[in-house]
Amino acid sequence: MTERPQTLLDKLWSQHVIKQLSPAEDLIHVDRFFLHDLSGLIAIPDLRKRGLTMQSPALNFAVTDHAVSTAQGREHHVDAKSRRYVFEMRDLMREAGIRHFDIGDADQGIVHVIGPELGLTLPGTTFLCTDSHTCTHGALGALAWGVGQTDALHILATQTIVQGKPKSMRIRLDGALPSSVFAKDVILAVIGRFGAGAGVGYAVEFCGSAVQAMLMEERLTLCNMAVELGSRTGIIAPDSVTADFLHGRPYAPSGALWDSAVEAWRELHTDDDAAFDCELTMNLTELRPQVTWGTSVDQVQPIDGRVPDPDAAPEAKTRAAVAETLRYMDLQPHQVLEGLPVQHVFIGSCTNGRMSDLKIAADIVRGRTVAPGIRAWVVPGSSAVKRAAEREGLDRVFRDAGFDWRESGCSLCSAVNGDIVAPGERSISTTNRNFVGRQGPGSRTHLASPAVVAASALTGTITDPRKLNR
Amino acid sequence: MMRKFTTVTGVAAPLLIDDVNTDLIIPIEHCVSTPRGQLGRVAFEAIRYRSDGSENPDFVLNQHAYRGAPILVAGANFGCGSSREPAVWALDQLGIRTIIARDFGDIFYANCLRNGLLPIALRAESYARLVAIGLDKKPVTLSVDLERCLITMQDGDSIAFDIEPARRHALLEGLDQLGETLLSLPDITAFQQQDRVKRPWVWQTVPATAESKKT
Repeated sequence: MTERPQTLLDKLWSQHVIKQLSPAEDLIHVDRFFLHDLSGLIAIPDLRKRGLTMQSPALNFAVTDHAVSTAQGREHHVDAKSRRYVFEMRDLMREAGIRHFDIGDADQGIVHVIGPELGLTLPGTTFLCTDSHTCTHGALGALAWGVGQTDALHILATQTIVQGKPKSMRIRLDGALPSSVFAKDVILAVIGRFGAGAGVGYAVEFCGSAVQAMLMEERLTLCNMAVELGSRTGIIAPDSVTADFLHGRPYAPSGALWDSAVEAWRELHTDDDAAFDCELTMNLTELRPQVTWGTSVDQVQPIDGRVPDPDAAPEAKTRAAVAETLRYMDLQPHQVLEGLPVQHVFIGSCTNGRMSDLKIAADIVRGRTVAPGIRAWVVPGSSAVKRAAEREGLDRVFRDAGFDWRESGCSLCSAVNGDIVAPGERSISTTNRNFVGRQGPGSRTHLASPAVVAASALTGTITDPRKLNR
Repeated sequence: MMRKFTTVTGVAAPLLIDDVNTDLIIPIEHCVSTPRGQLGRVAFEAIRYRSDGSENPDFVLNQHAYRGAPILVAGANFGCGSSREPAVWALDQLGIRTIIARDFGDIFYANCLRNGLLPIALRAESYARLVAIGLDKKPVTLSVDLERCLITMQDGDSIAFDIEPARRHALLEGLDQLGETLLSLPDITAFQQQDRVKRPWVWQTVPATAESKKT
């Protein structure tokens, strides 16, 4: 008797089913759960109000990243607005006995940067957090997704979540990336091609030669934005890139435990002939740098492309929506994005705040200067990334060029920490969402790769890094 | 106890836009600075109010006929984006009890169910039938019956919808999921004991060394 071939999702899911609650819902074990400074302040008091305790304290973690300033010296000058998110959070986590990566801690950073970096994210684990970009961790072969506040309480009290298994989608990405084109361009192009709702109800497995060739930090960028496709998560089968990345990380297993873990991870791949509910493919050999023009991530095009004309849309509903988007973004139909003046340049976030991202940007910036009047920021994704960059002198490269070199955190991606873009101002940003008001009320955001964003800082306009003369 | 959902009858406010994200439903600054019980007045702030703070008369829920509507008819991928549960709390405080859409952002859908709001994802043909009655042209009253999984229109015609039976039951009874799961704590402990043997590396959650070796 041969067993039915399984997808990676099938394997990850079945390993965590404690029991089936109904034909469509399972009680799923949560191997890793992260609170952040917005959710932690609610979840722990919620737990106390119910008179409950944590079922497995050692599997829960917390981080201060969303609501904290990224200004230098933030530990000593906590402004009135963020006091709760620093001090109350600190007290709550200490009292609860949750390992808390607080500001000032050497391991502090954005949850989706530090999970992999510390080796807390492991292949084959379920990794949940009160944040939609938790799908990032799927890059290591973890089953990872974001949850709300009620589910946070449920997880703390029971170390489980009640969940229906998503449908399976496979996106095959083939072809070598042209120079100056990166994982960020890949995921933006995928979302642009298939749509912001294409993945609703699915877990997406990314595969193909382009994915295999990606280093771990590129894979993290790819999976980070799976949620912008509407999917619950993105996953990549663990391979030697994954094992090499994790080996020696502080929380990763070591010694004999490491060997047995790696042995088990070898099983975590989709079997030949396993069936998916949906399969999509894309060839990347002709891909160009991507920039979003609108207020939904699928409103994206190559940097030298033109903004659409609402009148060209087939449906009245779409015409009105595109026209409203262009009004908000202050763009004209057929306008070319390249050359558009910006006031803010932002490099950072859980999408593009890792060492490889900073290196790409630094290589473009080195020996040049930021255009006059531009506010240009680099916010490392974690304190460890910051230290590593400083060891290599990248902070000097950015500072000498006129960038502000800041402490790690969500900064202009969550924009709930004092870091905002003023109403009506335009930002080009390595973050993951261009929604209305995302970087501050009335702000206008264009998403792009670190290379495009760094090049744009130098000219003060949206700039194709391939056209900068060296 | 969660609030029960059985039947809701009332005007259906049309917001037939795709990809309405939770940032638009409730901006992040209100998640931190507005008390939880006062989120209703700032829901949809960016499109509901003009820059001088006055109401935007073009926004559907500002129009007399739709003010306080218990039913929202949305487009595709409603509630996409951020996992913020205040988006559901804000809609709830606006008086919305059920949202009918093509489909929903996954986390938002789960958050609705946890708060006694009924999210109805209609198949393409059913959704087209509903919109075709002209609910975006004039105010239309609908009746949503979770017991029978039916949306009934004024002329008596009805549209069936699907919802996972266990979720339907939980909404009808106002079941508190956490209370239910706590009854399964022995099963959870048993699973964990086996898992510690099967995957011991998952259970090692303190650093192997005090010093970060790689970072």
